[in-house]
Amino acid sequence: MQDIADLYQAVILDHNRRPRNFGEMENPDRVAVGDNPVCGDHYTVFLQMDGDRIREITFHGAGCAISKASASVMTSMLKGKTLAEIKALYSDFHHLVTSGEIDEGNLSDLSAFAGVHQFPARIKCATLSWHAALNAAERPGEEPEPVTTE
Amino acid sequence: MKKTMTSIREEFPVLDQQVYGHDLIYFDNAATTQKPRSVIDAVSGYYEKDNSNVHRGIHALSHRATEAYEAARARAAAFIGAGSEKEIVFTRGTTEAINLVASSWCNRYLKPGDRILLTEMEHHSNLVPWQLAAERTGAELVFVPVTGDEGLLQLDRLDALLAGNVKLFAFTHISNALGTINPVAELCRRARDQGVVTLVDAAQSVGHAPLDVSGIGCDFLAFSGHKMCGPTGIGALYGRRDLLEALPPYHGGGEMIRKVDLHRSEWKGVPHKFEAGTPHISGAIGLHAAMDYLDEIGRKAIYSHDRELGEYAAERLRSLRNLRLLGPPAERAGIASFHLPNVHAHDVVSFADRRGLALRGGHHCTQPLMKRLGLESTVRASFYIYNTKEEIDRFVEVIEEIQAFFG
Ligand SMILES: Cc1ncc(COP(=O)(O)O)c(C=O)c1O
Repeated sequence: MQDIADLYQAVILDHNRRPRNFGEMENPDRVAVGDNPVCGDHYTVFLQMDGDRIREITFHGAGCAISKASASVMTSMLKGKTLAEIKALYSDFHHLVTSGEIDEGNLSDLSAFAGVHQFPARIKCATLSWHAALNAAERPGEEPEPVTTE
Repeated sequence: MKKTMTSIREEFPVLDQQVYGHDLIYFDNAATTQKPRSVIDAVSGYYEKDNSNVHRGIHALSHRATEAYEAARARAAAFIGAGSEKEIVFTRGTTEAINLVASSWCNRYLKPGDRILLTEMEHHSNLVPWQLAAERTGAELVFVPVTGDEGLLQLDRLDALLAGNVKLFAFTHISNALGTINPVAELCRRARDQGVVTLVDAAQSVGHAPLDVSGIGCDFLAFSGHKMCGPTGIGALYGRRDLLEALPPYHGGGEMIRKVDLHRSEWKGVPHKFEAGTPHISGAIGLHAAMDYLDEIGRKAIYSHDRELGEYAAERLRSLRNLRLLGPPAERAGIASFHLPNVHAHDVVSFADRRGLALRGGHHCTQPLMKRLGLESTVRASFYIYNTKEEIDRFVEVIEEIQAFFG
């Protein structure tokens, strides 16, 4: 039986109420915007880099509980990671939210998003800030084009 | 209502189901309404017995299809009080009807510096076509402001705005995002006094309220079948006959021509010159059945039922804490739109869905209005003939549950 609590796990509700790493960064090396024009969710991700390793990451913006909690958990996990590590983690996360299968041990709090796959309309909410973060991390230039989901 | 509530509900097969283990409560009627058995039967009956193309064959089926299609046009004219069926152009819906005017009328009459007056509460389909027309013709758009959360038009500004070189005034009858009922007849009169042509977006009103174009005094009026128990993909533009006759065609193709040479053509008279290509025949037939169905219940009865539910929902929602209700304090259509500061609209809708409750969350195709109100989105419940106060009580319970859950 699919229930609403499968989607809104305690971890998600907590990160939605008290988002971590929330706020604009004073001197970011890179900034990227993620927009979902359909529902109005919009986030900006700020990065400071050591080479291709993330030193500091924050996010700012507004959206639903899934998108906000996802951005919050993501920022908690990406600090100190290299671009290659981020891509690998995103690939596991994407698999998780589209299939509900948890097959990796390193997902940690991200596994709270397993229920998202039962709500196909919400997958984009879960991946929005990831698209922005990858976009920022991959491109050395300032302010790349906003990424949009849908 | 002559029919009882129970008999009305039973006429809508789709309502008899459970969603995620709960009785379906369908509160997304401003997006599209459900279809009664008689409409479903009219559409399938046409395909089973009469399917053919119109205005082409001289065989029996084509004759029957043509008769049925043209009978639907006459029915639509009577339904909205038009003087003649020649004043009814079938379109895909409200959007296409507005685009027709924004294209044919604006191309013919607008010059650089002319103005089109709209309001801040318009649906994108009564905004974007005019933006395109303004770009093509060099005309400018101006807007009647809305007052704020109560969502009324600032009518004290209207005469001055109209006087500023406005050539056409297009506005909604009932706001899909707020539930505001605009005083259409008064707006049309004030526009007419200054020689301004009017277009009424009646998408949310034709199936919900008694409506008569001669009483309203509009020049054009647009509506969609699917928001009034009819099929999707069919709707109509009403246009005053002399205005339609003076306009160039909208699309070119088969059906709309009298005579075609390699380099030029002559077109048919109104309304057929605006209907290029094979039309949505089954849609028109389904719309005919929908209009019959609505008149059997009575649009006066539907109007008071919808407004009673709108008022009831507003009153129940006002009693909840931490909820910002939009829309007029009185005289509300069957639409209740609100914002929960602590819960995003999409979380409300996902949660409600798992309780069998179909709501709408988002900007409702009114992004400029949302921006004006300082919002990204709202949650909207919109009602129709088959909805009940008991369903609204259940809906309010679910909203309270949601507030507690996300707390
Ligand atoms: C006020 C209003 N105008 C126009 C439309 C567009 O109608 P349609 O999509 O049927 O063309 C809608 C419906 O979404 C509406 O609510």
